[in-house]
Amino acid sequence: MIFEAKNGSFAYKKSKTILENINFSVQSNEVLAILGPNGVGKTTLLKCITGLHPWSGGFSSIDGRDISTMSPKEFFSKASYVPQAKAPAFAFKARELVILGRSVHIGNFSKPGKKDYEMVDKVMDELCISHLSEKYCHQISGGELQMLLIARALVQEPSILILDEPESNLDFRNQLIILKTIRRLADKGLICIFNTHYPAHSFSIADKCILLGKDKTSIFGNIKDVLNKENIEKTFKVYVDIVNNTNPIANYTTVTALDLLD
Amino acid sequence: MKTIGEKLIFIIGLITVPLIVAGICLGVGRFSLSLFDGIKILYSIIKKGKDSVAANEYSVLINMRLPRIILAMICGGGLAVAGVGLQAVFSNPLVSPDTLGVASGASFGAALSLLFRANMITVQFSALCFGLLACFLTYILADIRGAKKTIMLILSGLVISSLFQAMVSLVKYVADTEEILPSITYWLMGSLYTSNYKSIILGTPSILIAVSILLLIRWKMNVLSLTEDEAKSLGMNIRYMRMTVIICSAMITSSVVSMCGQIGWVGLLIPHICRMLFGSDTSKVIPTSISIGATFLLLVDTLSRSVVVTEIPVSILTAVIGAPLFLSLLRRAGKSL
Repeated sequence: MIFEAKNGSFAYKKSKTILENINFSVQSNEVLAILGPNGVGKTTLLKCITGLHPWSGGFSSIDGRDISTMSPKEFFSKASYVPQAKAPAFAFKARELVILGRSVHIGNFSKPGKKDYEMVDKVMDELCISHLSEKYCHQISGGELQMLLIARALVQEPSILILDEPESNLDFRNQLIILKTIRRLADKGLICIFNTHYPAHSFSIADKCILLGKDKTSIFGNIKDVLNKENIEKTFKVYVDIVNNTNPIANYTTVTALDLLD
Repeated sequence: MKTIGEKLIFIIGLITVPLIVAGICLGVGRFSLSLFDGIKILYSIIKKGKDSVAANEYSVLINMRLPRIILAMICGGGLAVAGVGLQAVFSNPLVSPDTLGVASGASFGAALSLLFRANMITVQFSALCFGLLACFLTYILADIRGAKKTIMLILSGLVISSLFQAMVSLVKYVADTEEILPSITYWLMGSLYTSNYKSIILGTPSILIAVSILLLIRWKMNVLSLTEDEAKSLGMNIRYMRMTVIICSAMITSSVVSMCGQIGWVGLLIPHICRMLFGSDTSKVIPTSISIGATFLLLVDTLSRSVVVTEIPVSILTAVIGAPLFLSLLRRAGKSL
């Protein structure tokens, strides 16, 4: 499966353009990271590619088919969206929240059946969060809630998983759990797209990257080509040091901001 | 509710508890009968016909108490479900037909048509129109760049509510003081006193239809209660779904208002009690709200007609019972709101 965007642009009604000339292409087994300074439109970009905000110009497509020609129901049975973790207004139990992911496959007058619940239990088991099942989702930690939202997205049975800042506001360990989960899902054949504030996280799991700049420029390509010293310094206006490290546990890349570049 | 057996017992309980309470309430009142006599007499009428019981018993039970009990149950269940519906649409557990101004809007609509001595159907229709108008006004006022904050919702509900209350006052001000003003005032306080079979046949079908629709989509209302983007990304046609739920809830509220005036608190209190007892899944909250709402209003109405010689308006009692009960719920569950 190939998920693409061609010449995408977006502007709110009567206000200035936010996104311009967005192009990317990702296929199964790949992770795409979206990076850029605060307020540059990363979340907006995610909403555009999922059709939650329709593009003002250009289009995104799945295997060459324009998603604006698909009904929301059809699109969201191929792709699922994980919003920034925020507990729902009502005190759902974890399992009740996750089963809502089946909604796209269940008619308006219907309720989830035994098979749907079995799938929920299986997915929660795979994500190692079965122990949360009977807990209330406003009483669990942010990392656990994020995992629940990922579980909810997965029971939708998507081929494309789109995550909005999945690892922000989480501690060290939880960040790693989320990142490893994303990579594992991609290795199982999904397309994963996520936006992040951390270049190092992109290096650790992403294959491709879009770097959004304040001047509405965007650079898309393989992670190593896009996230180089020059591009990061230009986009984030900081001096950075990029170091590739080897370690018996994992090879990793660190990106450290050294000083403001004004 | 794991096994099918447990589920079945639960459903039977939801249906029979209100019916048993209704049977008991049939015997309560100024014409007093012992605890289960009401049920016995009703059974005898059904089995052996009208002539098997005393004429005064028949008249009190069948012509006076039974329609009132039926109306109380339908209105109670309806108001509770309208509360659940609006709470899901606005993703906010503190919303209810009262706080959104729907009830005030409907009151104005009904009062306006009462002023012109309109018939029951016109009163209902006018209540529905103004109820919907109030709801949409609140909805639009609270909407700031697509985000509906709790504080904005509550405030706009307050504004719209007081606007329509002022207009109700205006109607009262110009109303004929001999005849129409007392009837509007007394009706507004909320009473099931005027209930009879004719008003039930005219007024309750819209409630029953709306409740049935909400009952059918009870699981999907969970999705509706999430944020707009989440609901959309779960494949929901959110605009269509919101409209359906808002119109159903407004239909229920306005029908209730047009028959028995403003009965507050039920739509807020009952859903909360159900969530505390059975969890937040709307597929459980809706059926349990119908059952508990029906029982609650039935009990309150029975109190209102039997505690003292003159009748106490039911809205006064729901507030007297509802306010402290709700406060204690808030304090206990504070965090989960």
